[in-house]
Amino acid sequence: MHELSIVMSIVETAEEKVKEHHAQTVESIDLIIGDLAGVDSHALDFAWEAAVKNTVLQTAKEKIIHGSAARCIECDCEFQIKELFDVCPLCGEPLLQIIQGKELQIKSMILN
Amino acid sequence: MCATCGCDSDAKVSIHRVEKPQPLNIDTLLLTPIEPAPTPLPNGRKQIDLEQDILLKNNLLAERNRGYFLAKNILAINLVSSPGSGKTALLERTLNDLIGKESIYVIEGDQQTSNDADRIASSGAPVVQINTGKGCHLDSQMISEAVNQLNIQNESILFIENIGNLVCPAMFDLGEQKRVVVISVTEGEDKPLKYPDMFQSSQLCIINKIDLLPYLKFDLEALKSYGRKVNPSIEFMELSCTTGEGVTQWYTWLENQKHRNLQFA
Ligand SMILES: Nc1nc2c(ncn2[C@@H]2O[C@H](COP(=O)(O)OP(=O)(O)OP(=O)(O)O)[C@@H](O)[C@H]2O)c(=O)[nH]1
Ligand SMILES: [Mg+2]
Ligand SMILES: [Zn+2]
Ligand SMILES: [Zn+2]
Ligand SMILES: [Zn+2]
Repeated sequence: MHELSIVMSIVETAEEKVKEHHAQTVESIDLIIGDLAGVDSHALDFAWEAAVKNTVLQTAKEKIIHGSAARCIECDCEFQIKELFDVCPLCGEPLLQIIQGKELQIKSMILN
Repeated sequence: MCATCGCDSDAKVSIHRVEKPQPLNIDTLLLTPIEPAPTPLPNGRKQIDLEQDILLKNNLLAERNRGYFLAKNILAINLVSSPGSGKTALLERTLNDLIGKESIYVIEGDQQTSNDADRIASSGAPVVQINTGKGCHLDSQMISEAVNQLNIQNESILFIENIGNLVCPAMFDLGEQKRVVVISVTEGEDKPLKYPDMFQSSQLCIINKIDLLPYLKFDLEALKSYGRKVNPSIEFMELSCTTGEGVTQWYTWLENQKHRNLQFA
């Protein structure tokens, strides 16, 4: 359950930012969690509920932006990659450059 | 021209007072990535565009650990596997075979017990136990604290036995130079496809318990091809910690990593 560590890092950063900006709570938070970032959404929801209690994130609306994309090293085509072991759908090349999907980011927050 | 050092003494001389250097506060450095000014919103609310990695603190501290290891020329290896694949057995055999030849330190991660650390300590190697309780992975903060306690000599090897789990430890950089994933032939050949993150982030895969191969239907080549699907550059090594078959290639690999480490220093 590394999802719990992830939520706890988010809570820690949120607490710091609220303090730094002399705010009271976080009204909303936007996260970018790529499809290949190794995060299970159910586990994340579960961890979120448990970890935000009595913190500045308790009532925050969370929005999660997902996505993934890869580029084939051989034929240069871009496509949506679902698994790390996917091959190029055009030429079958296994060597791919992952251009999106590994992100694990706090994009923005609205403080109140 | 100055006779002593050959510098150009005709150039304009500049004399300036040198201020006492301000001590760097590493904690503020770690906590304050560059961040644009907040956007004011109605009713005194404000939006802050952080674009900050969620694991920023772990990653920064991991880089700090890595710098420490490089500076002291310590080869740090992060050993990961499912529970029971043989991480501790590999360490016991390695310590037994290399004692007196290499200076070796061990950090043992375990949720509850100190069983593995006790097994290592009986070999005489300095070992620190990290009990994570419910935590299913080690992180760079734990390693930093354990390293402080170990007081590692320069030119040593540090083995970190992570928690037996192929999911969570994949996400947490500890500052190691190499990640080694151990799989035993009693597990499924398709582990690399089920746990692609771990196999993608490892540089070496040790296939352990090959003494059991005659009794099992385990397809070594299938395992390797699945592993290469996820990570085309991963290396494989087959051995048995019980019989010692194949372990010399592991010692050769370690020796090569030490030299590679020196080149980077
Ligand atoms: N037959 C055989 N058994 C082995 C071998 N290596 C380890 N074992 C056995 O496998 C079991 C688990 O080994 P450990 O070294 O404790 O495994 P581990 O990866 O450290 O396990 P955790 O720390 O619980 O994740 C022990 O009973 C070992 O004796 C091997 O090469 N051959
Ligand atoms: Mg063990
Ligand atoms: Zn997990
Ligand atoms: Zn974990
Ligand atoms: Zn292609």
